[in-house]
Amino acid sequence: MVCESWKARLDTYLDGEVPQEELRTFDAHVRNCHSCSADALSRVQLKRAIQVAGKRFTPSAEFRKRIQQNMSPKPRRRFHVGWTLAAAAAVVLVVGTLTLTYLGNRSGRDQVFSEIADLHVATLASSSPVDVISTDRHTVKPWFQGKIPFAFNLPELQNSEFSLLGGRMTYLEQTPGAHLIYDVRKHHISVFIFQERSLPARLSDNALQPGQLSFNAETWSQGGLRYFVIGDASPADIDSLARLFKAAS
Amino acid sequence: MDLSGANLQLDSFEELATPLFDQLYNFAHWLTQNRDEAEDLVQETYVKALKGFSSFQLGTNFRAWIYRILRNTFLTSRKGLKVTMTVPLDFDDEEEEPEPAIERDTPETLLLARSSQELLQKAIDELPMHFREILLLCEVEEMSYQEISETLAVPIGTVMSRLSRARQSLRSQLRPQLQQDPRIARGTNHGL
Repeated sequence: MVCESWKARLDTYLDGEVPQEELRTFDAHVRNCHSCSADALSRVQLKRAIQVAGKRFTPSAEFRKRIQQNMSPKPRRRFHVGWTLAAAAAVVLVVGTLTLTYLGNRSGRDQVFSEIADLHVATLASSSPVDVISTDRHTVKPWFQGKIPFAFNLPELQNSEFSLLGGRMTYLEQTPGAHLIYDVRKHHISVFIFQERSLPARLSDNALQPGQLSFNAETWSQGGLRYFVIGDASPADIDSLARLFKAAS
Repeated sequence: MDLSGANLQLDSFEELATPLFDQLYNFAHWLTQNRDEAEDLVQETYVKALKGFSSFQLGTNFRAWIYRILRNTFLTSRKGLKVTMTVPLDFDDEEEEPEPAIERDTPETLLLARSSQELLQKAIDELPMHFREILLLCEVEEMSYQEISETLAVPIGTVMSRLSRARQSLRSQLRPQLQQDPRIARGTNHGL
């Protein structure tokens, strides 16, 4: 009759849920009691049979594909952001086309900002806008070592509203440069840095002005480097970030 | 939400949810007993889980969390409501029947001998939903009592008693089915 109390807990034992301190005693009893060991064996057999029989249904390939397409967060985001930013890119394109049509003599200076705007939009539309993800400038800056032929300083942001999201390599007219992305009140701002002497002459013109763009932008040359700051943030925010960079360089 | 934070969260969701797809579908099909309804249930579960993922604490039990969403979604569906209406409210409080005496030809040994997978599947199918789900979570999903408790939102004591009753119920369903099975009636079960 002692066995009844063991048997009442046999399933718990076989489910691996008997407390550690009782396990040794339980093991010893089941090994030495013929009735309990026979009962345990048949219960294990049933457990195994249920496990096999329970894996009965498999999703169809079509449903798996549908879920992967619909539920995967990345494509959804890419789709949403992609369309939003594609619309923004289209605006830039239309502005560019209209400028060409009506003015007929679009200057090289405007083209520079158009290309910078394209880089900014294309990057944000990407599923992985940055190759180095970090808010720490001491992580982002060293990441560029050996990737671009120059060094630059990143500003301290502790007392500002800006936050660094990360960086990536970029190319403008086949010239390598650094592309950094900042966030200010949910607006994303791109900062591009190139070596001035590597840029074609028209891109290193001191009189470069943003011209007619749907984005706000600013550019300057400092310490042999050409900086571009561009984004949909307010002109004051663009200017603040530019000033932080100027102070850091 | 900042760009890197949002991506990180979505990546985490995909990483945690994708490996559970087959298991969730299997469980959903057992609950709904219908392919189309199982697909709808899994799809709705993923949508809800993704939407509510910000409330999930990374490092806690994601599997129990998403199974709970699936189960709750099923219970609030038309079929789920119909099923729960047929379950007595006090089904966990019923007195346990005494375990049958050990027999030489138990349902377990007969099943093993006959590989009667179909019979077992039929018997699981015929279990009341509350027994079927707990048995599948324990035996197929190999969840611990703690995980089952989180998934079903019931105390561990209830998990243990309900599981015990589910097993008893399955054994009682299997016994007559196995005895009626012509393959067994022709009988070579001696020695088991």
